[in-house]
Amino acid sequence: MADLTPSQTVGPYFAYALTPRDYGRVEFVTGNLVTPSTTGERIRIEGRVRDGDGAPVPDAMIEIWQADAEGRYAHPADERRPNSDFVGFGRAATGADGAFFFETIKPGPVPGPDGAAQAPHISVGVFARGVLKRLHTRLYFDGEAANAADPVLALVPAERRATLVARKAGEGRYTWDIVLQGEGETVFFEA
Amino acid sequence: MSLVYPREGLKAHPPYLHADYVGTLKRAPQKPLVIIPHTLSELTGPVYGHETVGADDADLTRQHAGEPLGERIIVSGRVLDEDGRPVPDTLIEIWQANAAGRYIHKVDQHDAPLDPNFTGAGRCVTDAEGRYRFVTVKPGAYPWRNHPNAWRPAHIHFSLFGHSFLSRLVTQMYFPGDPLFAYDPIFQSIPDPKARERLISRFDLDTTKPEWALGYRFDIVLRGRNATPMEA
Ligand SMILES: [Fe+2]
Repeated sequence: MADLTPSQTVGPYFAYALTPRDYGRVEFVTGNLVTPSTTGERIRIEGRVRDGDGAPVPDAMIEIWQADAEGRYAHPADERRPNSDFVGFGRAATGADGAFFFETIKPGPVPGPDGAAQAPHISVGVFARGVLKRLHTRLYFDGEAANAADPVLALVPAERRATLVARKAGEGRYTWDIVLQGEGETVFFEA
Repeated sequence: MSLVYPREGLKAHPPYLHADYVGTLKRAPQKPLVIIPHTLSELTGPVYGHETVGADDADLTRQHAGEPLGERIIVSGRVLDEDGRPVPDTLIEIWQANAAGRYIHKVDQHDAPLDPNFTGAGRCVTDAEGRYRFVTVKPGAYPWRNHPNAWRPAHIHFSLFGHSFLSRLVTQMYFPGDPLFAYDPIFQSIPDPKARERLISRFDLDTTKPEWALGYRFDIVLRGRNATPMEA
């Protein structure tokens, strides 16, 4: 039995290593998850990260992890696997206004506990200066009938569920803000 | 092999709110975390391997025309799961200040020189035994404005993936005997002193290369246990 290595903040200076486009370094992951062979409904997710004062968080890194349009994960634990080269992982830094965006596809429903399906969703990790360990949350989609029966959403107090649901802002566009603290605080998980 | 992710080990991590670290005051959630089951969404995660790493990515002293100034060091270790088994073929990303304590990041305004021969970012992938190795220079301490006369102990930032979304870890590696530990609220945010010590690399003569560079060892343990442990 080995004891876990504790987490520390990503700090303010991660960009030249983790999201280094502006520094001329090669990126192996970006905020665009769509590859030439990716199939499914293309979507753009736009949001802002705000702190407990409602101020933008300009030095956050957002990571997303999702299934393909058929609800398959590109990982050995999912025996189905995507039949395209869709990886399903994205990473984006926030700008001066706390804004971030991802270009991806809408994931399909994925298997949940006891064989029940989970509503389409994207797993999200938030890192920032002042955040000592990753914040873990999920993004669901507005107008999705399956949300009502989703086993994870069901664990979230009803009055807070809306913080996990991205709003449709136009054709193929969703908006979803992350509030670290206070009024409208996003629901974060322990898993 | 299928893995499970017990929650007990999570107590090693700092809380979100650590008042001495001022940055946490407006960024720590105030509402309770919602405990969720481990579904396929949590038990899977990105798999990045050798295709993400270029030839000089693990040697931070060879990324420019000349060699960086400072004390050349080797940082090496193993990535393990909670059973102590190696985590092979997993990507590690690191970043750090130069020997003078300055980051190339555009926001870093510390009055210390940049080094044209040092970027301070590296990547490598663990081998079949979970081993990794970086060559770099020892980072300098640097001031930050958390409190009067606040200085960060010398450290290297580490980012790791492991087997799933749940094993993802971002942390910092420190150097033995640093006099700044007692004054650093980020290091001190880890409640258990024994857990804190796990972030301190140790000087290692076997890693040290004669006539060339001191070696430091830093092993990293990520979440994950075998779902069906073999009885000896
Ligand atoms: Fe740092």
